[in-house]
Amino acid sequence: MERTAVRGRLTWQVATVASVRTETDSVRTLGLEVPGWPGHRAGQHLDVRLTAEDGYRAERSYSIATAGGEPVAITVERLDDGEVSPYLTGELRAGDQLELRGPIGRWFVWDPSDGGPLLLVAGGSGVVPLRAILRHRQRSGSNVPVRLLYSSRTLADVIYHRELDQYRGGAQVSYTLTRSQPPGWTGYSGRVDAAMLAEIAWPASQHPLAFVCGPTSFVEAVAEQLVALGYPAGRVKTERFGGT
Amino acid sequence: MVRLDGNAIGGLLHEVFGADMTDAEATCATCGATSTVAEAAVYLRGPGTVVRCRTCSGVLMVISQIRGVNCVDVRGLTALDPRQGAR
Repeated sequence: MERTAVRGRLTWQVATVASVRTETDSVRTLGLEVPGWPGHRAGQHLDVRLTAEDGYRAERSYSIATAGGEPVAITVERLDDGEVSPYLTGELRAGDQLELRGPIGRWFVWDPSDGGPLLLVAGGSGVVPLRAILRHRQRSGSNVPVRLLYSSRTLADVIYHRELDQYRGGAQVSYTLTRSQPPGWTGYSGRVDAAMLAEIAWPASQHPLAFVCGPTSFVEAVAEQLVALGYPAGRVKTERFGGT
Repeated sequence: MVRLDGNAIGGLLHEVFGADMTDAEATCATCGATSTVAEAAVYLRGPGTVVRCRTCSGVLMVISQIRGVNCVDVRGLTALDPRQGAR
């Protein structure tokens, strides 16, 4: 239903694709021009809606990949049996338009005033909102110490690899590769487990704040292990995504 | 069916309630547990969107779209409180 925009209401609007960037074989980042965008916070997402010629509509949520103050961008992984992601990653070109609404969510967000130390744990494309948090921390000059543990199938599947490798000092990035590791790999191997988290996670005594994003089973396993390490459940923020 | 969480329906809840509800506190009518909406279990691909309590898995909310209108069943909730002073 079309309606006039009401203040505070979330309305569908037309955005223009400003740029398309290839991140991996199956992942693209779409830079978006969104007229009147109110700005967003690190960790938020937006909804994308596609309408077929026969009127059939499909909606999906995508995390915003950029820090607040940066232009809006979403990073999308192609799921071969998906209804929306093959179009977003394969068909859309700069100058094309798509419908979206956002920004959405004020729970899975981080601001420097929320403090830390910060523990970010990503499974696959769950790294997208955590990348936004890292960029926001960097851009705001925050000195909150942060560690990112990023689980990926192979090295070639690591999104934002070059960017993440540039973090130094108060921001540490660790990878674990679950499916295969290149020769001479010095990072972690296999799924995130209790031993890996015990090495990387800040001790609970430092009152850390954790953000975990990835597929449901990944998020629930990690959150459970963090609670077992003494993290209060209220200090472990989770966001799950599904595979369609 | 994939079990997601309340973040996934942030947009839908905003449409229904006119404000972001992901950080609202939901109290389950079945077991009395209170949790953040973002942490509730959400099933998207049924005939409607089903939101369940993570403690007892009782149904908190069902939202179905009927001819473009959102029909919202909140009988599974005893309270839904937006956070005080929320931005």
